[in-house]
Amino acid sequence: MATQNSSLTFSRRAFMRTSSLAGGGMLIGFNLFTACKPKAEPPVDLSQLNYNDFNAFIEIADNGAVTIYSPNPEIGQGVKTSMPMIIAEELDVSWDNVYVKQGKLDTENYTRQVAGGSQSIRQGWDALRQTGATAKQMLINAAAARWGVDASECSASEGVISNSKGETLGYGEVVKEAAGMEIPEDVSLKATKDYKIIGTDRGNVDIDEIITGKPLFGLDYKVDGMVYACVVRPPAFGKKLVSYDDSKAKDMDGVIEILKIGEKARKLIEEEPGAGGILSQSDKVVVIAKTTWQAMKAKEAIEAKWEDASKLESTEEHNDILTGLLDGNKFETLRSDGNVKKAFAEADEVLERTYDSPFLPHNCMEPMNFFANINEEKVHLVGPIQTPEWKANMVSKMLGRDTSEILLEMTRMGGGFGRRLYGDFVLEAAEIADAIRKPVKVVYTREDDMNDGIYRMAIKYRIKAGIKDGKVTAYHLKEAAVNSNMYGLIPNFFPAGAIENYQVDAANYKSNITTGAWRAPYTNFLAFAEQSFFDELAELMDVDRVQLRLDLLQKVKGTTDERIQYSPERMEKVIHAAVEKSGWGNAPEGIYQGFVNYYCHNSHVAEVADVAIEDNTAVVKKITCVVDCGIVINPLGAKNQCEGGVIDGVGHSMYGELAFKDGVPTASNFDRYRQIRMKEAPVVEVHFIENELSPTGLGEPTLPPAGGAIANAIKAATGNRLYSQPFNNNPELLKVPEKEILG
Amino acid sequence: MPTYQLNVNGLDHSVDVSEDTPLLWVLRDHINLVGTKYGCGISQCGSCTVHMDGNAVRSCGITVSMAEGKSITTIEGLSENGSHPVQEAWKEIDVPQCGYCQAGQIMSATALLDKNPNPTEKEIKDAMHGNICRCASYNRIYKAVEMAAAKMN
Repeated sequence: MATQNSSLTFSRRAFMRTSSLAGGGMLIGFNLFTACKPKAEPPVDLSQLNYNDFNAFIEIADNGAVTIYSPNPEIGQGVKTSMPMIIAEELDVSWDNVYVKQGKLDTENYTRQVAGGSQSIRQGWDALRQTGATAKQMLINAAAARWGVDASECSASEGVISNSKGETLGYGEVVKEAAGMEIPEDVSLKATKDYKIIGTDRGNVDIDEIITGKPLFGLDYKVDGMVYACVVRPPAFGKKLVSYDDSKAKDMDGVIEILKIGEKARKLIEEEPGAGGILSQSDKVVVIAKTTWQAMKAKEAIEAKWEDASKLESTEEHNDILTGLLDGNKFETLRSDGNVKKAFAEADEVLERTYDSPFLPHNCMEPMNFFANINEEKVHLVGPIQTPEWKANMVSKMLGRDTSEILLEMTRMGGGFGRRLYGDFVLEAAEIADAIRKPVKVVYTREDDMNDGIYRMAIKYRIKAGIKDGKVTAYHLKEAAVNSNMYGLIPNFFPAGAIENYQVDAANYKSNITTGAWRAPYTNFLAFAEQSFFDELAELMDVDRVQLRLDLLQKVKGTTDERIQYSPERMEKVIHAAVEKSGWGNAPEGIYQGFVNYYCHNSHVAEVADVAIEDNTAVVKKITCVVDCGIVINPLGAKNQCEGGVIDGVGHSMYGELAFKDGVPTASNFDRYRQIRMKEAPVVEVHFIENELSPTGLGEPTLPPAGGAIANAIKAATGNRLYSQPFNNNPELLKVPEKEILG
Repeated sequence: MPTYQLNVNGLDHSVDVSEDTPLLWVLRDHINLVGTKYGCGISQCGSCTVHMDGNAVRSCGITVSMAEGKSITTIEGLSENGSHPVQEAWKEIDVPQCGYCQAGQIMSATALLDKNPNPTEKEIKDAMHGNICRCASYNRIYKAVEMAAAKMN
């Protein structure tokens, strides 16, 4: 485990650039993991990506003002605030003098500017500190040279360098000389106790723009002469365009042009297997108009004919298919310890349960959109995208343009949740702009957004445990999923290593419904299944449900199995803290509690849900959430992530569902799709474990435990065990059975 | 196309649009006030909330012809530079995550407090229930409305 005050040695070549800026000042960049193969092809499954390459920039003006470029895309996870905080800490400047700007994609010098996997802070931690500390040392060296003293006699704090004689120089006064200095190879980093910015509450750097309605998002971006595009998409997964009649639409107000696209996307699918999972094989009809509303209206007036190109699938048959997979034997074994078969045969008791989940749309509040302007010289792309480099490379391939001609700018994103990893909308915008050669913004209607999604796939889990002599001796987890299975790290999460005979098997069914990463992929549902199962297991074994988990953790301590992802010691701490903070076991009358502990995305979390019965129905009142994510960079933002993650988890467990009938989603807007709202949101109380361990991410890990915590609390309140999400589909299970009320 | 006279944030605007054009798109595409957001287009999410004669309305469901002659306030016109007590409370509590829905949230909150300076917990939750926050910053939205009410009294 890396300590915080270590001095890290980075190769001098890792520095990408240091130069004098035209307007004065110094620009310094630092690239982490330069050993990684540059321009690596992204794998087909985005959840398998290594989200770890990184760049950072600092600009110091002659007057001492500091601009920090935040390299990674901002989707609401707060990295535009927290990443620059880390640089500013080591650079040693006052946060009040720091101005943060979104960095652009720079494919020539820098690779992988990605928002995903809760990895920005974890992977950026060392490089961000090193960037700040190196710049600080260069400034000190420049001041020392000017004074003619040894650098070791100088120090810097809050943007001012001083020497032993009491002389001082501001960063801005020496920045020009500093920019020409040799880059020091070995700089020391601050000790945790000396932090002045890290660990303090800092507001969102874009707060003033947000609360006054300034243009920030992709949908807000405009240039002179820009036109708007709305796209007529296949009405069902499996449908393909045959022909269209635009005679009504073309004469409508503001309509400039109506065209068909799809050929370039299909060609790209042939060349680039990764595109196949995110792009439609069908042609689409595009309406170009002067305004958004005119484009939306004219789109409705297009009369398109479609044919069935492949099977039109329905949720009912997915249910049968996934159940068939669980009953069958076409599994890939992802991890196997001991011999589960033998252990089950020898067990005194066996518990087996099946859990199921529906498809989910991402429903970012800002519908998908992207700007493109293409001419002979350049391909200019602007908008909300979590994977800018991957998309720029795909556009380059699709249009046959050199990557050097592609300029991609990221805007702030009105939510991501995994949907904006895919960037099918970027390719769409590029194909349209290449055809019409005008600056154009593609805008999805909400209906387009919900019905042309890349959804969280429907999954079923079956879990079986064997008990012998009062101990859990076997654990067998089977996954049956639409399209793709859990990524390779998950089989090594809790309770791997804790049970002697342990096996994880996975099988999938290939559907034509597009699916992908959705906030905390796989674990967003698996945590509910496993943690409900443990609760039931404890009841069957007649042991304390928290003690059962603590006993299992004992067996993992001191493990030599390097595949094990979680730390039993850190897990124990969050469990004990959650017991204490939630009043577990001492709930006030009328409050029923449910317990969950979980590890994912490198963070350890325990949550306790408080449920009350109101009007004979279980109502989630509060969730106590304890997190060990190492050092907390910005507690104010970190708590916000946790509160949101928990409520998002509650909302989707309770209400989230996108079913399909003949390839058509059953909801296309917020009238039919129930998104959690104010009155359904429980109070979330967040506690962090204080330690000096390297920080891990917070965008995802608090979401998965929430579903299990409320399911276990609902069981405590009503006696009903929940196996199927969303819970609200079985409202009778949220009620106390009548006989109990009478009795 | 007909011409409509709109009063937005105290300024008169003349726009040439078809009569069914939603106020939302007139604001965003014609008057260049993009703080009001498109979320659903069917008055279900609250992202496009503005004030019309002091009432919170969903601008995606109000046509330009319905808005003519009314006094419209958008997030840009709420205060000179973000100094409305609701905006200040939003900043102090650090409500936003992605931030996209927050203009609509703030417009719903200000309309509530204009009419009801001392709302109960239930009144706050009822008034804010129509605004979806996909990042689920609901705990903070609630606290910020409470804080703004205290600031205004």
